[in-house]
Parts: sequence; structure tokens; C-alpha cells
Amino acid sequence: MSFDPSYSAKDFKSVGTRPLRPDGIDKVTGRARYGADFNMPGQLVGRILRSPHAHAKIKKIDISKAEKLAGVKSVITAADLPDFTDGDADLFDILDNCMARTKALYDGHAVAAVAALDAPTARKALKLIEVEYEILPHVTDVDEAVKPSAPLVHDAVFTKGMSPTPSKPSNLAERVQYGHGDVEEGFSHADVIVERSFKTEQTHQGYIEPHACVASVNSDGTGELWVCTQGHFGFRQNCAQLLGMDISKLRVTSSEIGGGFGGKTHVWAEPIALALSRKAGRPVKLVMTREEVFRGTGPTSATSIDVKIGASKDGTITAASANLRYSCGAYASVWAELGAQTAFACYDLEHVKTVGYEVMVNRPKSTAYRAPSAPTAAFAVESAIDELAQKIGMDAIELRIKNAAKEGTQSSYGPVYGPIGIGPTLDAAKNHPHMTAPLGKNQGRGVACGFWFNFGGQTSVDLNIGVDGTVAVAVGTVDVGGARASLALVAAEELGISYDQVKVIVADTSSLGHNDMTDGSRGTFSSSMAIIRAARNAKQVLRERAAEMWDIPMEDVVWENGTAKATGSGHGNLPSLSLKEIAAAAPNTGGPVAGHSELVADGAGVSFSTHICDVEVDPETGAAKVVRYTVIQDAGKAVHPTYVEGQYQGGAAQGIGWALNEEYIYGEDGLLQNPGFLDYRIPVCSDLPMIDTQILEIPNPNHPYGVRGVGETSIVPPLAAVANAVSSAAGVRMTHIPMSPPRILAALDEESAN
Amino acid sequence: MVEVKLWGALSASIGSGNTVNIEAKNIRELFSKLAEQYPGVEPYLTKGIAVSINGVIYRDNWSKELPENAEIFLLPRMMGG
Repeated sequence: MSFDPSYSAKDFKSVGTRPLRPDGIDKVTGRARYGADFNMPGQLVGRILRSPHAHAKIKKIDISKAEKLAGVKSVITAADLPDFTDGDADLFDILDNCMARTKALYDGHAVAAVAALDAPTARKALKLIEVEYEILPHVTDVDEAVKPSAPLVHDAVFTKGMSPTPSKPSNLAERVQYGHGDVEEGFSHADVIVERSFKTEQTHQGYIEPHACVASVNSDGTGELWVCTQGHFGFRQNCAQLLGMDISKLRVTSSEIGGGFGGKTHVWAEPIALALSRKAGRPVKLVMTREEVFRGTGPTSATSIDVKIGASKDGTITAASANLRYSCGAYASVWAELGAQTAFACYDLEHVKTVGYEVMVNRPKSTAYRAPSAPTAAFAVESAIDELAQKIGMDAIELRIKNAAKEGTQSSYGPVYGPIGIGPTLDAAKNHPHMTAPLGKNQGRGVACGFWFNFGGQTSVDLNIGVDGTVAVAVGTVDVGGARASLALVAAEELGISYDQVKVIVADTSSLGHNDMTDGSRGTFSSSMAIIRAARNAKQVLRERAAEMWDIPMEDVVWENGTAKATGSGHGNLPSLSLKEIAAAAPNTGGPVAGHSELVADGAGVSFSTHICDVEVDPETGAAKVVRYTVIQDAGKAVHPTYVEGQYQGGAAQGIGWALNEEYIYGEDGLLQNPGFLDYRIPVCSDLPMIDTQILEIPNPNHPYGVRGVGETSIVPPLAAVANAVSSAAGVRMTHIPMSPPRILAALDEESAN
Repeated sequence: MVEVKLWGALSASIGSGNTVNIEAKNIRELFSKLAEQYPGVEPYLTKGIAVSINGVIYRDNWSKELPENAEIFLLPRMMGG
């Protein structure tokens, strides 16, 4: 059945309501099963040995003593993970990151692993593994790494994107450039120019649940993996490729997830657990400690960004440019590119240029973190915009409104925008009561905008109708933020039944076609589109069955308000048939009633947000506290408004933590100094005010209900909004994130000294 | 015939300026003809290219038609978190 995903206006009955989430009771009573809550008969305990050096050649690994220890069932090194990557450089980097092959590239890089009967034996075995290292010079700071004298993370990286290609290797993996016009020409017309450099430190996604999995590989080449992930289909593919397994013979089941935010879109320990299980011939459970999570997984980039923005006296921006250096950890990636694309995406600029540099350092592989790379770029740009408004003597929101991108604007990353929503978020901010609320002593207010691309992707769902008329929906995008509730609302809406009649589950990889990860704010956007299609297919079947029951042509049956109705003069007086009645008759009208859908959900549309933040700074201690915060963002259509608000609040909370406290701290020895939540401080409830939200609903033209992704954009403005507020409260421009008390005190001291 | 705008690295790889004109009715045909006419595009296709059609970005739907006079802009395939 053909499917048109275009938006058409309708009056919703279920969508837009706020029922209780179906997974809520299990989660608050402890029944929900997370990564570490699953067990298999005879399972072993896996543990990983990690490099104690920031950069070292692995000369020799002797596992013989560990293998002889009673209770040890398998010990592996990179030799047990042969290279099946067949020239795929990205896949090889994943393999090398999972277990170092020739060099340990950062403090915490896995070098060997064991599986034993119990944890004490496994830990003892790790101590018996003898690794001979040749310690190499290291570099962990993004600015140090770009210097010609910096130690090389890799010996043979010649910067891509340069013409001509450099003849000497460096830590610059790639140079990228975006923009249009002639920025020098634009700056020549500026009356006021702001030019500043900004730094942001590396942060972790800070998910509460550590990485955990249970792996079982059989001698016949089949396997199972229970894992905490944002995308079990992607994990299946990566794991099967790395272990040389047939993809369809590895069944992966996703557990409940205690946060991911991008950090669980990548395999880390899972291939190791599978390799341990394959060698031992028994299941292996591998759960990371918090220290391992910090040392060995997913931080975002540290950045160093130079921004220059010029404007005429009336506030029209004449030109904008930025040079952005993003650390990638020990493996090249696209983080600076995303920063370069998103930096000026909120604005209508005649002359704009961004240059990004992917910088390799001896730190863990940088990973996606909620709208990856956009928050740090926005911090630099939105801080400069704020300063520009001050220099011109113009209200910062008015300056943004004057220069905001709109339909027909050529975006800073290239294409011309269609209808977009930054204008409405700015207008809503301008008119929000927060903007006119009085500020107290030592308080300041900041505003910032943010942009993010949203994505769709491959999606597959099954919708099965039970004989009692209840509906089971199986989706393959992992529920990280309440999607099961939202998707049940969509199924109920489309079928014309109640929310309580629908149960949504996340199915394993052997039960559905491929589903992309829950990333790019795609979960509800994509799965709801697929559910609408599956429900429409099911309604077609239900009409056929009703026609069979009535013995009339199917064309004379319509589906309205959850019932089949006969139309036409010949049988218009037939009483309607409910879903329950048709389902009960299904065994004798053709068997099970179901709707299926496999599609590519594209056309997610870009997303914008505007945030307002009030901060109070203690001038004696330098401590900054957010006292009021407002998020304004377009949701297209808020399917379950409570969870949309939750996404807005969650993004803001993470951004506030990033802005004020969170920071990877490395010593001179290149070792991480604070791999734990005591020394790496994420915000807790008492650190935050109630975060106010305003949902705008401008329908997405490329979704039947107008739904837009909402998960990521909310983390883009907070760094800048908080920084602008702190700068206002402290009377000094803050240029280094996080704005921890010592940094604020130093800025205050420097200002008073001047 | 559609005019296709290229992001910086891609245009540098094929050495043909910022735009190319291609006879293609959908994304699949566009990629196929790009690879045929400009071998330098192959590594980028392998890595993933997203296509913006009148400002809406498509990453996977290669059947998407390229309307006459639409703005077609190629971008590297992005990832989210």
C-alpha cells in the first residue's frame, strides 16, 4: 500500500495527551531490566585490562600466567580479534579502539581481557597479565596538539582537505570549510567587530548506567547479546563484522537504558565480551565500572574556537567567521565539521566562513553527545553575538531577530532554508515573562539560540492485533526518553482506539528488519511514521475482514473512530463492527490481523531553540548558580507533551552542567585525574531550578502528524545562555567552559586588576 | 537536468567548481552519474552523502525525486547523538 508521509491537519484525540508511561512502574519499582540485570546459565565475569599510559607502544603481552589461574576460562588480546575490516578505515578504528593492537593511544585504552568464574578471580587474572610497554611522548590538549612540535598520536596522518596535501604528518586529521560570500568584504563594511577566542573542556555524556552486556557465542557460529545500547541493530552489525560472524546469526536484545545521549551509539566492550565468550565457550557478562566509563568511553570533544563577527550600527551583521579546532581523541572523526556546519546556522548572513580542524590527541575516542559539536560552536558564536549587541547598544534578542535565518536564507552550511522555526522561538522569547522579570543582586540574564539537524532513517515496525482487540506494537528504535508512550499514542490515534489498548515493545534484532539507532532525534519521528503506515495497512486488513463478515465488497467498508462501517445504500443500516469484534472473528476470516511497515523516514527538518537563563554569581567564591531557566523550542507536534518537556529540560540540565562544572582533567602525565562522579560533577536536582518550557507547534510538512525530533536541540544553547548570564552578572566576558568557581574568580580578579 | 551544489571538500575532489549539472531524476541516478562522471566522488559516496532538496535533508531515501528548478545541495552524511 502506497504511503504519503506528508502532513495533513487533523483534530487529535490521543496525540497531545499526557498518559502515564507504560515502563514507569517497572522503573520505579526496580523490575525494569537494565544492562547488568540479565543473566545466562553458566555465565562468566568479564574484566578488561586498560593501559596505564597516555601513549605507549605495546611491545609484548604475556597472558600465560593469567590463563593458568584456576577459575580463568579465557584471556584475550588483540590477537583474538583478527582484522576482518577489509580496508574499511572507520571500522578498523572501531576495532583498534575496542582493543589496542600495536599502541595504547590513551589512558584507559583496552589492551587485554579475561573471563573467569567470579569477579575476584577475574581481577586477580588481570594482574597476572604482563604487558611490556615502550612509553611514548603524549599530547592531550587540543591547542598543544596542533603545534608543529607536538608529539604525533599517529605517525602517518597527512591532513586531508589541504591543498596541497602536507608532506609532513601532524595531528590535524582534516580541514573542512563552509560558508559563502567574501568575509573580508563583509568585515570592511562593519562599524563594530567582535573578535574573541573561546575554549571548552571535554565532557562525558554522564549517563547514569555504565556500559553493560551479556554475550554468548556458540560453537556453531551463532550468538546472542543482551546489551544496554541506543541501537541494537547497529551493534549487531558492528559486532558481527568485527568478529567475522554472520549478521543474522547474532541476535541482539536491547535492555532498558539508563541514559545514552550519543555515548551508547558506539560499541566499546561488546566485541570484547563476544570474543571472550567465543574463546571460553560460555556466556560472559561484562559491566564497566564508572572509572572505566570515564577513561575508556565516549567523551565529547574539547574545543578551541576563534570567532569574528562584524555588524553595522543598526545591528545588521555584515560578516562572520570562525576557526574551530575540535579534539577527536585518538581517532579522526567529523566533530569539527559538525561544529563548522552548525556554528552560524541560526543567522541570515551574506558573508560567512567557517574552517574546522579535526585534531587528534591522546584521549579516548571522541563520541557523539546530543547534537554533537553544536553546543560548543554555539557557545562561541552566541557569546560573540551577545557582546556585539552590547557594543552596538542594542537588545541582544532584537539583534538576533534582525539577523535570524528565515525561509529563503542561504544557510551557513550551504542549502537554502525552507520554512524554519528560529523566528518564532525568538519572538516567543522576546514576549516571555522571564525577559521582564527583575534580577536580584549579583544576578545576570543571558539568551542564546541553537540549531541542530534532525534525522530520520531506516525503520521497521510490526503491529499485531490480538483476538481481544488489543494491539501489540514492536519497534526497533530503542526507547531512551519515553518513546513507548508516545508511540502507543500514535497507534491509538491512527486506529481510533484508546491508549490503554496498545502495548509497545522494543523487539530484538531477529524479530524485525533493520532499525537505525536512536540518535539524531529520530526515535519518535521515525517510529511514529512507520507506525502510522503499519496501522493504515492493518486498517486495510480490518476493512477486508469486516467485508468478509458482512459478505459485502471491501470498497463499501470504511474505518471510522475505531470501527468498521458499511457505506452505500445497500447496507448502510448494518451496525458498525468494533476492532474487538473483528479481531475475535479473525481466526475464521483469514487468520491473524497485523500491519507491517519498513521505510526510510527522511525529511526530519532542521530544528531551532532559544533559551533564557538567569544566574547568580557569588563574587567571593566564584560559584555560579542558575536561578531561572526557560527553554523555547519547536516540536512540530508534541505527541506526548510531558516527554517533550522532559527532553527540553534534560538538554538544558546537561548543558548547565557542561557550562558550569563538568570537565575532564588530565595531569602532566597524560592520565585522567577525575574519573568518577565525585570529582567530575554533574548537576543534581539541588543545583537546578525548575526548568520552564514553552513548546511551539509548527507542523513538520514531512510527517503525517507534523512531528519533529526534539531530543537534541535543547542542549545547544545552554552553554552560551549560561555564559552570557554569568558574563552579565560578573561584569566580565567568560570565554572558557566550564565556568567553574576558580575560573570565575580568576576572571573577576583579572577584571579588577585591570 | 538539475544543478547540483557541492560542499567544499567534494567540489575540491572532483575539481569542477562548486556546481555540476547532471541529468538525473532522483537521488539514486544522481549518485550513479556523479560516480560515473567524477571518479573522485567515490570515497565520499562510500562514506555517505546527504542530499538537501529545497532545504530538506535526505540521507537514505535514494528514490526521492529531484524536482526541476529545485535547489540540490550535497552535504556529508551527518550523525546525531
